[in-house]
Parts: sequence; C-alpha cells; structure tokens
Amino acid sequence: MPKWFIPLAILCGLMCATAPILVAQAPYESTMGLVQKVFYVHLPSAWMFLLAAIVCGIASVRYLFGGDSRQDRLAWAAAELAVLFGVVTLVTGPLWARKAWGVWWQWDVRLTASLMGWMVAVAYLLLRKYGGPGSDKLAAGLALFGMANVPFVYISVNYWRTIHPTTNVVPTLPTSFGVPLWFSAAAFLLLFVLLLRLRMRLEEQRARIDALYLSMDT
Amino acid sequence: MKLARLVLVVLVTCGASRVVLVAQQSPPQQQDEFVPIDQLPPQDQLPAAPLLVAAYAFVVLALFVYVVSVARRLTSVQRELERLEADIKRGSSG
Amino acid sequence: MFGRIVWLVLRKDFMIEVRSLETAYTMLFFAISCVLVFAFALVQEGRAPEGGAAGILWIAIAFAGTLALGRTFERERQAETLRALLLAPAARPAVYLGKLLGIVALLSAAETVLVPLVALLFQAPLLAHPIWLALILLTGTVGFAAVGTLFAAMLIRARSRDVLLPVLLYPITVPVIIAGVRATSVLLEPDVNTGFLQVWLALLVCFDVVFVTLALWTFEPLMTD
Repeated sequence: MPKWFIPLAILCGLMCATAPILVAQAPYESTMGLVQKVFYVHLPSAWMFLLAAIVCGIASVRYLFGGDSRQDRLAWAAAELAVLFGVVTLVTGPLWARKAWGVWWQWDVRLTASLMGWMVAVAYLLLRKYGGPGSDKLAAGLALFGMANVPFVYISVNYWRTIHPTTNVVPTLPTSFGVPLWFSAAAFLLLFVLLLRLRMRLEEQRARIDALYLSMDT
Repeated sequence: MKLARLVLVVLVTCGASRVVLVAQQSPPQQQDEFVPIDQLPPQDQLPAAPLLVAAYAFVVLALFVYVVSVARRLTSVQRELERLEADIKRGSSG
Repeated sequence: MFGRIVWLVLRKDFMIEVRSLETAYTMLFFAISCVLVFAFALVQEGRAPEGGAAGILWIAIAFAGTLALGRTFERERQAETLRALLLAPAARPAVYLGKLLGIVALLSAAETVLVPLVALLFQAPLLAHPIWLALILLTGTVGFAAVGTLFAAMLIRARSRDVLLPVLLYPITVPVIIAGVRATSVLLEPDVNTGFLQVWLALLVCFDVVFVTLALWTFEPLMTD
C-alpha cells in the first residue's frame, strides 16, 4: 500500500467521527425540520456515486482503446463503489422523500436516471462476476454505453415533470448549512479514495496470484 | 491483514459515534435546545426521527458491510499469495 | 466494398433463416404468448385498460427482440461461424451492420403481426396513423437492435450469456422503451399531438445515430481477443 494510505485512513476516521457533531449542531431547516438532516449524507453520497460512475467510464474507455490492465482494475473498483454509494443514495433519498414529499418514490428525472445508472453498474458487476474469461472487455464496452446513455435517459425521463430540487440550491446555501455539508462531502471523498485504493489493491494481489500460477505451469 | 483491520476499527468507531449522536438528537423534546420557537416545524403527521435514524443507520451499515467484505476478500487473497510464494520457494530449493 | 460485405452478411443470415425459419417462428410465438399473458392479466370485464396497448406492444417487441438476438448468435456460436466471419478479410463494422440489418428485418416482420394483434385484442386504434406508427417502430427497433446486436455479439464468448443479455440490454435501452411507448400512446389519443410525436421521434433518431456510431466504433476492439 502507498505511504499516504494510513494517515489518510486516520484522518478520514476522525472526519467521519466529527461530521455527526457538525450535522447535529446545524440549524433546522424551516419547512422540513429534522428530516432535512438526511441531506448531509444523501447529497455527498450522490456526488460520490456520480464520481465513481465517471471514473469507471473514463477508465473503461482508456482500457478498451489502450489495453492497460491498471485502468481495468480501476474501472472495476469504481463500479463497485458506484453500486455502494448508489445504494446509499437510493435508500436515504426515499427516507427523506417520505417526509418531505409524502411519497417514498417519485418518477422524477433524477431519481429515475440515478436508478438506471445504478442498474447499469450492477449489470457491470454481474458481468464481471459471471461473464467468465474475456468479460473485462465486455464490461468496458458496457461502461462506455452506459455513459453514452446518460443524456438519453435524462431527456427521456424529463418529460415526466420533476419535483426534485435543482443543483443551484447548493451555492446559495447559508454557511450554517454549508459547513456541515462540505465537511461531510470531504469526508465522503476521502472515504471514496481510500476504498478505491483498497479495492484496487485486491485486484492487484489477484493479478499477482494469476501471474504466480502461470509461472508455476511453465 | 493488519491494515484492513485498522481501517475497519476506525470505521466502526466513527460509525458508532454517528449512531449515538443521531440517536441523542432525535427525540422530539430535544428540539427545543436547538431551534427558536418560531422556527419549529408545524405539527406533522409523520415523525421524522425514525426516518432520520434509519437513513444514518443504513449509511453506516452499508459502508461497514462493504469494508468487511473487501477486508475479507483481501485477507483470503493475501493468504493464498503467501502460500503460493512459500510453495514456489520450497519447489526451487528442493 | 463496405456495402458489399454488409449485403453478403445480410444475405447469408437471410438464407439460413429462410431455410428453417426457426428463429422467426419461435420468436413470433413467444411474442404472441407475451401479448396473451398481458391480455389475461390486464383485461378485466372485457375491457382493456386505458392506454395499455402501447406499453404491451413495446414489451412484446423487447422480449421477442431479446429472444431473437440470443438465438441468432447462439446459432453462430454453435457452428463457430462467427469466428470464421471475423477471420475473413472483411471490415468488422460491415459485419456488425449486416447483422444489425438482419435483426431489424426479423423484428420488423414480427411487428407486422404484433401490431394488428395488439390492436385487435386491446381495442386500440393503432392502425389509424400507419406512417407515424411505422416511423416510431422502425426507429425504436433500430435503437434496440443496435445495442442488442453489439452486446449479443460480445457475449458470445462469455459464460451464462443467455441470462446476461437481458440484464445488460434493458438498462441501456430504457430511453428507447420510454420514447417508443410514449410516442405510441400519443398516437392512440383521439386528436394526435404532432409536436409531441416529433419530439419523441427526434429523441429516437438521436439515440439511433449515437448508438450505431458508437457500436461501429467499438465493435473492432470489443471483438478482438
């Protein structure tokens, strides 16, 4: 593991431990009250979900046209994190929506697009797990198509009216809400990087085992 | 693997602190400490606290399960690697 | 040269299909069974649900399309003919295009049976605007088949390919299904809103262009071992 891993892991642990304090001290939002505090995990995890999907897509394209197996490992690790943070986003979202909108689920564009993106990520993992030899290329192709698909899903779902708040809320947030949000987002980002590194380490070790077996055969 | 275990311990402790904190602030009577009377939300039919606790608990649980799964996979791979290297060493010397 | 390879691949598939009609018959029967299952599930007291016909038509097309894609490439796999096809000194994109046209032709043939059947069983005025409907069906089918042909060709080497094809295909083709169903249900309304139709058709055409281009571009690296 690289040298930065352990210090960053400790820092990440500390940040995760202090984030709830900041969240608890943040004022109550006037219309939604207590339940609005879900926001501090929902939004950062949604960002990490998006980041993981982008990392996976770019790494897949680079692997497909460059053939570097490091990119392939990165894409796999990112896809797993996309599923993880996607699950967090898709579960915390409805819990918040139940209170704020009165329904668990709404077929609005962001929810539907996130769900479809999450399904592509799950399909990616299924393909990697059950596809057998050669599935690395196929998975890279799937990631590429999944990326190209995002605008289409977005536009096609957009015809059902949206009630999800738009992104331009964030910059106008008062500091009392902004500080815990950005702190939480930073903690999530750190966690993302650490988990990505850990997951890539797993694939590196597996590759070493494969290489050892090959060397034993010859 | 020591490292994975360290990460795990750190995450568990901060996860636990999160749950405790959320649980502490969640009972409705504690709201008075934080919010001025005029900002109190109107009486709702739905209690928000269980939803909030569920959300935070789920986040902690999901991250915890993932870290455990990666750590377990990593240890087993590490063990296999060590076994293989030992085998090769024995094979080359004997 | 490119066009000739496309034509040769298409003609080869057509000749094989005509000889046995295996895929065509099984796919058609499967699609009809699908429609019947929906009829049993949704028609109550002799009346079809409002606007259900569009959805049922597209579900039947998607299911039948998955079956056809699986069958077509399974045949190639069993005879190891796809490898031979790829070994031939022919441009890979041309092979893909030939395959794609074959699938689209097969699905279009199935649709000519499905549309009257759905119109009949669900009392839907599907045939009131035949040209619009043909456009929607064609663009939708091309979009679905463009992704499907590439994935089915890729999966030929994978384990558990029969299960993985729908798993990969449906999340990616969601925009096609949404646009197809919405456009078809616009057609079913008493006074057709051409503006909506044009928007959905434009979306379908864009999807087709982007995904056919992407597939032509990635077919080469994806099919190389």
